[in-house]
Amino acid sequence: MKEPESNRTPRDRAPGADEEAPSGSIASYTIGLFFALLLTGASFLVSQSHLLWAPGLPVGLAVLAIAQMGVHLVFFFHLSSGPDNTNNVLALAFGVLIVALVVSGSLWIMSNLDHNMMPSSTIMEMHR
Amino acid sequence: MTAKASATEFTDGSAQMTAADGAGPAPVRIVVAYGFWIFLLSDIIMFSALFATYAVLSGRTDGGPGPHDLFELRSVAIETLCLLLSSYTCGLGLLAVERHRMQYFYLSFGLTFALGATFLGLELDEFARMVGSGAGPSRSAFLSSFFSLVGLHGVHISVGLIWILFITAQVAVRGPRDFVLRRLRCFSLFWHALDIIWIALLSLVYLAGARV
Repeated sequence: MKEPESNRTPRDRAPGADEEAPSGSIASYTIGLFFALLLTGASFLVSQSHLLWAPGLPVGLAVLAIAQMGVHLVFFFHLSSGPDNTNNVLALAFGVLIVALVVSGSLWIMSNLDHNMMPSSTIMEMHR
Repeated sequence: MTAKASATEFTDGSAQMTAADGAGPAPVRIVVAYGFWIFLLSDIIMFSALFATYAVLSGRTDGGPGPHDLFELRSVAIETLCLLLSSYTCGLGLLAVERHRMQYFYLSFGLTFALGATFLGLELDEFARMVGSGAGPSRSAFLSSFFSLVGLHGVHISVGLIWILFITAQVAVRGPRDFVLRRLRCFSLFWHALDIIWIALLSLVYLAGARV
């Protein structure tokens, strides 16, 4: 006789977990480490050499960093696009949205203020 | 919207069920890990405020030393390597304890602790060197934001190291029972999340800064 539990439907999956092997497998961690080291090495190489056109360097570093975060999420946190992972991915998407708003909003507002601010020497002149 | 659509499918009795469709409460393991995931995301949001502060203030050196004068990429590379490897050994330790291979678990978590402590030691050494050469947090707005951002990550690492000691003691005393495993999984999520924050730190602060 089978337990009713065995007739289970796909449910939510915990972040960092898998149904059969609750915490992934050695292979997935090893692949993750390999890609993480590769991308870190690439970041160091790109920043210390002249492989990239200098003004494009921040963009190159950002791309490598985001790729590496993706590697960590997939191979260490075991996030996937499956239906059992919807809640985890939605929470992540919300977090990414807030982070993007905080960072880009701060940079935007501060550069705008900086731009509209009188040079301090002019302010000194006015108070004289 | 998707939840509504799948809920109607559920009343038809045709579609697959998830907990979101009202299939009853999820197992404790999933609820705990999900709650911890929300905590980690809010922690990352807190970091994002400091990242924004650093990005705004990184050029405000007040005539003092700038990023390219202060950062030593060799020790930063070793720190990065330590963190990545410690994340790997932490994952392996979790796999070992789930399979009740306790020696491998103690070995892996011992390595995780050693690598994390090496990271922290290198970072404190770097801080001490900077403060000693007159580049302390009160020198300029750039240094204030640098020390708060990198220092907060360091505080997280210290908390993680203390947590490793407690959780390993708990495994030793209580054995690999369900509630201990849940705490171990939370710890491993925390440790992996510190890696993600370090990657952002490395790129924005050290690699982008050392080049200028």
